[in-house]
Amino acid sequence: MVTFEEISPADFFYRNRDIAGFTNPTRAIFSCIRELVENALDASDLSNIPPEIYIRLSRENAEEVQSELGVGVYKLRVMDNGSGIPARHVPSAFGQVLFGSKYKLKQARGTFGLGGTMAILYGQITTHKPVQVRSSTGTSKTYEYKLVIDIQRNRPLILDRKIHRNKDRWRGTIVEFSLEGDYFRAMPKILEYLKQTALVTPYADIEFVDPKGRLYVFTKATTKMPPPPKETLPHPYGVDVETIQRLVRVTEYRTMLDFMQRHFHRVGGGTAVNFLEFAGFVRSADPKKLKHEDIIRLSQTMKRFKKHFGDMNIEKLEGFTKTTRSRSMLDFMKTHFQKVDKNVVLRLLLAVGFLRTKDPRKLRPDEIVRLVRMMKRFNGFLPPDASCLSPLGEELLETGILKELKPEFIAVSQRKPSTYSGHPFIVETAIAYGGNIPKKDDILIYRFANRIPLLYDEASDVSVRVVRSMKWRRYKVALDMPIAILVHVCSTKVPYKTVGKEFIADRPEVKSEILNGIREVARQLQKFLTKREYVKKKTRSLTIFSKFLPKIAKFSTELARKRELPYITKILAGILEDYGESVVWHPYKKVGTNIIINAIVQTVQATEVPIESDYSSKDYIRIYVLSNIDQQDRIVHRSIKYEVETIQDTRFERQLVYRTAICKRVIENERSRLEWKPESPDTKQTFLVTNKQS
Amino acid sequence: MKNSKAEISAKERRREVLKNLRRFGGKLYKQMEKGEFPQIKMPSRSTENIFYSPELRQYILGNKTQRRSSRNIRHIRPFTQLVWAGYFARELTKNRKTSTLRDVYYSAQAYDMSFKDQSESNSIITDLETVTGFSREDFKVFPEERSAVFGDLTIEYTVPGYEGKQLNLMSHPDGVMIGPALTSAEFVRTKADKVIAIEKGGLFTRFVEERVHRKFNALLVLTAGQAPRATRHFIHRLNKELGLPVFIFTDGDPWGMHIAMVIISGSANAAHLRELTTPDAKWSGVWATDIVDYKLPSDPLTEVDIKRLHELEKDPRYEGELWRRETKKFLNIKKKAEQEAFSRYGLTYIVDKYLPTKLKDTN
Repeated sequence: MVTFEEISPADFFYRNRDIAGFTNPTRAIFSCIRELVENALDASDLSNIPPEIYIRLSRENAEEVQSELGVGVYKLRVMDNGSGIPARHVPSAFGQVLFGSKYKLKQARGTFGLGGTMAILYGQITTHKPVQVRSSTGTSKTYEYKLVIDIQRNRPLILDRKIHRNKDRWRGTIVEFSLEGDYFRAMPKILEYLKQTALVTPYADIEFVDPKGRLYVFTKATTKMPPPPKETLPHPYGVDVETIQRLVRVTEYRTMLDFMQRHFHRVGGGTAVNFLEFAGFVRSADPKKLKHEDIIRLSQTMKRFKKHFGDMNIEKLEGFTKTTRSRSMLDFMKTHFQKVDKNVVLRLLLAVGFLRTKDPRKLRPDEIVRLVRMMKRFNGFLPPDASCLSPLGEELLETGILKELKPEFIAVSQRKPSTYSGHPFIVETAIAYGGNIPKKDDILIYRFANRIPLLYDEASDVSVRVVRSMKWRRYKVALDMPIAILVHVCSTKVPYKTVGKEFIADRPEVKSEILNGIREVARQLQKFLTKREYVKKKTRSLTIFSKFLPKIAKFSTELARKRELPYITKILAGILEDYGESVVWHPYKKVGTNIIINAIVQTVQATEVPIESDYSSKDYIRIYVLSNIDQQDRIVHRSIKYEVETIQDTRFERQLVYRTAICKRVIENERSRLEWKPESPDTKQTFLVTNKQS
Repeated sequence: MKNSKAEISAKERRREVLKNLRRFGGKLYKQMEKGEFPQIKMPSRSTENIFYSPELRQYILGNKTQRRSSRNIRHIRPFTQLVWAGYFARELTKNRKTSTLRDVYYSAQAYDMSFKDQSESNSIITDLETVTGFSREDFKVFPEERSAVFGDLTIEYTVPGYEGKQLNLMSHPDGVMIGPALTSAEFVRTKADKVIAIEKGGLFTRFVEERVHRKFNALLVLTAGQAPRATRHFIHRLNKELGLPVFIFTDGDPWGMHIAMVIISGSANAAHLRELTTPDAKWSGVWATDIVDYKLPSDPLTEVDIKRLHELEKDPRYEGELWRRETKKFLNIKKKAEQEAFSRYGLTYIVDKYLPTKLKDTN
């Protein structure tokens, strides 16, 4: 006999924990940390305070002999300084699957209200221990709960509840529970996860203590946070029948026109009436049945639209209504005022009250289905705006990458908001070269979705496919260069392929945005690489010039039997000028027997310098170099004082080394020119001396 | 001591060279003083600019010039080497020293001016010749010597330490090496009325032994294969200054024929130089026709020989009747013979029978 039973959502996920990323002890410990860290970060984003997250993973019963190597029971503690959870929600938030604050339409790391509880659920089924949660929203009290999940009923069972005084008005949440896992196998991924999280959350302090007591610190590089996302209404392209049904049940509006405008994203009066007309949800009056007063009203209203209808008198209008064959005012207007824009007609009829829309509460099921279908078919809706999204922004993205990868070159790009199936999304891309990026056989790809690093199933991800499909040679990129590409997709609904949030599906709209984003930064990298090659070539040629020119000068001087070397410094300086440097010479001083020559190399103008165009005008002041002074000295040039700064940025440092080297060479030459003396007639070259006959 | 005629002309020459080099350095110096990258213009030595001049009966350079600028990153190294070579030449000339091409190659290293290889330094010396219009012998740079002269000619040295000293070139039976000292020496007197140039050392020795110089009243010059430039210049001088007719004996093959031709009309490589040719010199043998007429023991022509003959057919220097006839004949009989081939008729046959006939024929 077949038995039928109902299972709770908690039960469902308990039975299907694979799909949520709890496949094995290694994966599970990674997922637990990740879910709790993401909840913690989400909580801080809400409160708009730079997050401070402390993670501690410790071994329980360290002496206990474990059945399997590496697998053991761990205690995980995650503490944040986020918004905190109101006391009454704490049990449900941690003890009930699919309960949460993230079902609204705005961007957040988590979306299902599943991850955190799944982690706890996993801990509970592997160790049979309760979870401890302590939280405060910054009030005078903190609440501490000890609870377990009643899996069959999807309800929290509170074992203990304590209230503490909160003298310091601490705010945040601490979650602590036990779980079975394999940390040492998961370690590389966990560390990579934390590193990438730090990269994409450069305003967060993250500390992690691992089971061996090692402390990993990721310090924030900025306190600037991206603006928090706004909650948004659903966009007509993205709704389904169920959504409409729910809305119809709760709406307080009496006409479809209001209904469309109030419940949907980016639908105004004009769009609403246009759509309703398109979808066939408007009833229009019969011109034959118009009364005299109606026509007066119509003609009066027409005067308000004088621009479109001109002077229209009542008699003429009445004549039209009598002769017309149209049975609806819409038709009527169309036949008699052909030249008038449809939008104007609709507005006019609406104003006069000749158009009516239904009461949304009276929509029949088949009408709801038609409404949804028409919504998808109508192409007059404005695309969703991105206020509900919270991309990182180019500045923060750059900060994060500079902090974690310390690259030699970086380019970032934020694409304009776009949509797929009514869901707004923004793609951010970045490309970085050199620094801490390892040289591998292939380009390194960092993938993020709503600021979550995606670490698994790389090969199936849309970004990876896009990168692999590009012709990198065109961008002067060889695959063995130290290059990292970062793709961040943020959306109210990231098109994940699985519940485990590991890779993004191949949506054409998303794919094309990613492609264009990568192309944009790749072009900048190409410019950088071209420039670098140019600089390299120029440096090499300058080396050659400065080696040979002085020799030509010396031999020519001997041949011409002059007393002094020609002034080739000017020629060498000319080469510098070719590179956009101008050399200002100061008269040399004689101090005792030493000759002191100072030169300042300066960029002519940031915009005129091909190899320097990476720098803003603010930066290039710093590049002033007096080549025989030290850092932190002060120099005066054209009565402006400059401080020679310590160079922190690797990009500046390279340039500086290069410039100083050139400058030194020029000065060296100038010095030897001044010190040169022609050979006296009796000094003979070695070969002549040895050949000398007596 | 009164300066002899020889000394004056040698001094004259040296002063000319030094003046020229100073002008060369001065030009570069001036450009640099103006803040310009130094550059020079010189006749192009590319093959398109080498023409055969029927009037001069030698190769000459055309009007095309070539600009070498130190602004050009690819030119600056050879440019510097050229200036150095000028400096080095001045030192040699000023100090009246000589040097070999090999010396030049090594001396450069003393100035941190290394050359990749010998051929690079040789070509820089050629550049210097082109720029200044003097030959490297004027700058006292000589190749390794191997050719010699023997016969009744008295010369007077101009090299330091030997100034005014005279020597009769018959004083040594192996002949006197045509080296820097002999090249710069002045001719005092001779009783000879002709010059016989011989390709190979063996035959040269035989001629000395058989007293060819006496029997034919000739100066004997050993070219030792392709005649070095100093030797060609020496033959030129014997012909020009002493008015002696020149007869050349080589192997009977395209290569020997060409040895004679280079003495007569010069080479394309030396198109920028004069006074290396002797247009009136005669190639007296061994001809292709001689192989037939004298029934000489012979070898068949190799493929390379035949290829070379076809090249020579197109060469403007080979337009004369004799040259055309002999090239054809070689191609016809497809045979070649060495000078030593005459030994089959006895060791003295060549001197007793062949030489007189040929001298008469070609005079």
